[in-house]
Amino acid sequence: MATHTLDITKEHCPMTFVKTKLKLAQIPEGDVLEVLLTEGEPLNNVPRSATEQGYKVLSIDHVEGNVHKVLIQK
Amino acid sequence: MNKVLATLLLTRNKMDMADKKKLSLIAFSGEFDKLTAVFTLATGAAAVGYEVNIFFTFWGLDAIKQKKGRSFVGGNWLTKLFGFMMGGLSATPTSRFNFFGIGPKIFRSLMKKNNVATLEELVDAANALGVNLYACEMAMHVLGLEQKDFIHEVKDTLGVATFLEISEGGRTMFI
Repeated sequence: MATHTLDITKEHCPMTFVKTKLKLAQIPEGDVLEVLLTEGEPLNNVPRSATEQGYKVLSIDHVEGNVHKVLIQK
Repeated sequence: MNKVLATLLLTRNKMDMADKKKLSLIAFSGEFDKLTAVFTLATGAAAVGYEVNIFFTFWGLDAIKQKKGRSFVGGNWLTKLFGFMMGGLSATPTSRFNFFGIGPKIFRSLMKKNNVATLEELVDAANALGVNLYACEMAMHVLGLEQKDFIHEVKDTLGVATFLEISEGGRTMFI
C-alpha cells in the first residue's frame, strides 16, 4: 500500500476536483492519496465528494495557515 | 405475484434513475466565455461523480471541431464560408469585450496568470473524465458538417428524441 501526494492548493474550481478525481483514478486500489488543499470550497467538498464516490476519507488535518491535508484511500 | 414483482422492479428502476446524478448541457453558444461555463460545469460535475452529457448545437459545434482555428469546413461554398467565419475552439470570440479578437487573448492570459484552467485545458479535462459529447444532427446538416469534422471524442450525432432519452432523470441546462 503506497501513499501518493497531490497538491491542489494553487488550483481553482473545477480543477481542484478534476485533479483529485483523475489522480484517484490513476492509483491502484487500496493505495492512499494525500491531498493538500485550502479552506473553503476544496476543503468542504473534496472529502465529501470522495466519500460519495465510494472512497474512504481516513483523516483531515490542519497543516498551516489555510492549508489542510486530507488522506483518501482508494 | 408477477404483477407485484413487476411493479416493485419498476419502482426500483425509477429510484435508481432518481438516485443517479446526471447533468446534461445543451451547448448552443459558440462564445469563449459561455463555452468556458459549459466545460467548467461539465468537468466539475464529472469530477464529483455525475454522468455528464453535452449536446452541441449550432454555434456550440465550433467547440468540437477538429480544426481549432479558421478553416473552410463545410459541404458547399456557403457553408465553407460560414465554417471559416465561425472557426474552431481557438477562434471563439467573447460575448462582451471581444475587441476584434483581442478579448479572448486577454482572458486567456488572465486565466493563466491566475492559475485558472483555460478553455482548452477544460476540454482536455472533460475528455479525460469521460464526459459524453454529442453533436446535433440537424445543425450539422445546416452547416454542412460531418462527424469526421469533429474531435474523435464526440460519441455520436443525435436528434432531440435521443437527447431527451439520454438526459432523462437528471438536470438539464441550456447555455
